[in-house]
Amino acid sequence: MSGAGNREQVFPTRMTLGLMKTKLKGAETGHSLLKRKSEALTKRFRDITKRINDAKLKMGRIMQTASFSLAEVTYATGTNNISYQVQESVGNKARFKVNAKQENVSGVKLPAFQAFIDDSINDFKMTGLGRGGQQVQKCKLIYSKAVETLVELASLQTAFVILDEVIKVTNRRVNAIEHVIIPRTDNTIKYINSELDELDREEFYRLKKVQEKKQQQLEEAEREEELKKQKLIEKATAAKKLKEEEAAREAEAARVAKAAREAEAEAEEKAKEKAEENIKDKAEEKESEEAEQEEQEETNEEEATVDENEKKTEEVETKNTTTYDAAEEANDVLEIQDKANEIPSDLINGDDDDDVIF
Amino acid sequence: MSAEQAKKRTLLAVIGDEDTITGMLLAGIGQIDNDAGEDYKQKNFYVVDAKTTDEQIASCFDHYTIDRDDIAILLINQHLAERIRYKVEDYTAAFPAVLEIPSKDHAYDPEKDSVLKRVKRLFGE
Repeated sequence: MSGAGNREQVFPTRMTLGLMKTKLKGAETGHSLLKRKSEALTKRFRDITKRINDAKLKMGRIMQTASFSLAEVTYATGTNNISYQVQESVGNKARFKVNAKQENVSGVKLPAFQAFIDDSINDFKMTGLGRGGQQVQKCKLIYSKAVETLVELASLQTAFVILDEVIKVTNRRVNAIEHVIIPRTDNTIKYINSELDELDREEFYRLKKVQEKKQQQLEEAEREEELKKQKLIEKATAAKKLKEEEAAREAEAARVAKAAREAEAEAEEKAKEKAEENIKDKAEEKESEEAEQEEQEETNEEEATVDENEKKTEEVETKNTTTYDAAEEANDVLEIQDKANEIPSDLINGDDDDDVIF
Repeated sequence: MSAEQAKKRTLLAVIGDEDTITGMLLAGIGQIDNDAGEDYKQKNFYVVDAKTTDEQIASCFDHYTIDRDDIAILLINQHLAERIRYKVEDYTAAFPAVLEIPSKDHAYDPEKDSVLKRVKRLFGE
């Protein structure tokens, strides 16, 4: 009965586990209580059996005495009909009766008989009237005492029988709880615990699996994103390159433009210088002319005053020609500049070899 | 089995030889109910003589232990109990209490007493 597989048919839930634990606790409490009851009863039982033994031996002696007194009566009355007389004179009410009292031993009610003698009843008024009346009275007394002893013994015996049965029942219960209910409840609790653990493990494993799956998905997503990013980066770098190239181109253009401007400026400067030179030259010429004129004036002061008007016109004419030359020169510079502007377009097509060119 | 049953059980009954019955009756346990049917059913005592058979004793024993509900204690001579030992051994009820008593001619032998046998068996002696 107490095999490992012996358990109650229950669903392995936490609630049932709680119920089973309560049941186990109850069973243990009940077991200890019943055990104590059984022990108390057994103690009483042993006491009673001892008293029964003593009482039985005592009864033997008393009955012996009683029989002897009866023999005395028989002898005293001299006849053999004493028993017939006695039997015939028995009334319809017993003089000697018993009362049952209750005694409580650990919840077990044990009857205790008590002799009860109704003195108002005397069935044997005439018995022994002829002979042996004294012996009869003595015999009556002795037998009354003997029966009292017997009643005592009878109550002990009844208690013995009842206690015996109650102890048997109690022990059966104790054993049932100890060997059947407690192991079964224990097994059930173990079963529920193992099932719950199994469920826990299952749940744990499932969660782990789910997490793994999620991780995988995440990794995949990351990989994809990385790929995308890389692509983007590639694109971006390409764009950057393009931009850089453009920037480089622009820079080159700017540089070229700058160079052109510089060239222009140079040209302008040159032109200016030229112009200045021309002007200087003209001025020098003028000075020299003036000096010549002064010389001429010095030499022919008289003439000077005459040709003053003419000179002035001449001066004006030379001045006009010098300005004209300057303008022409400036036109040349502008042409150079235009040429310089044409160069960058060639450079743009000729890629990074700009350094070589410049 | 409860002690409640014992409330109305007030009488003692005897199955025995003539001398034992006489002694018990002198003590005053006798009661005769004239309304009850047969002879042995009227009285609460049964005299066993040489002619009485085992069957008669057995039926009287049954009558006192099973049929009647006013008997608290049944006294029976040990030598008569020997004759219907199987019945006495089988009898395990608490009420009425069956008590084996010695008779004038037969000394009391504790070895034969049903209750004492049970006591000894219980304590493994």
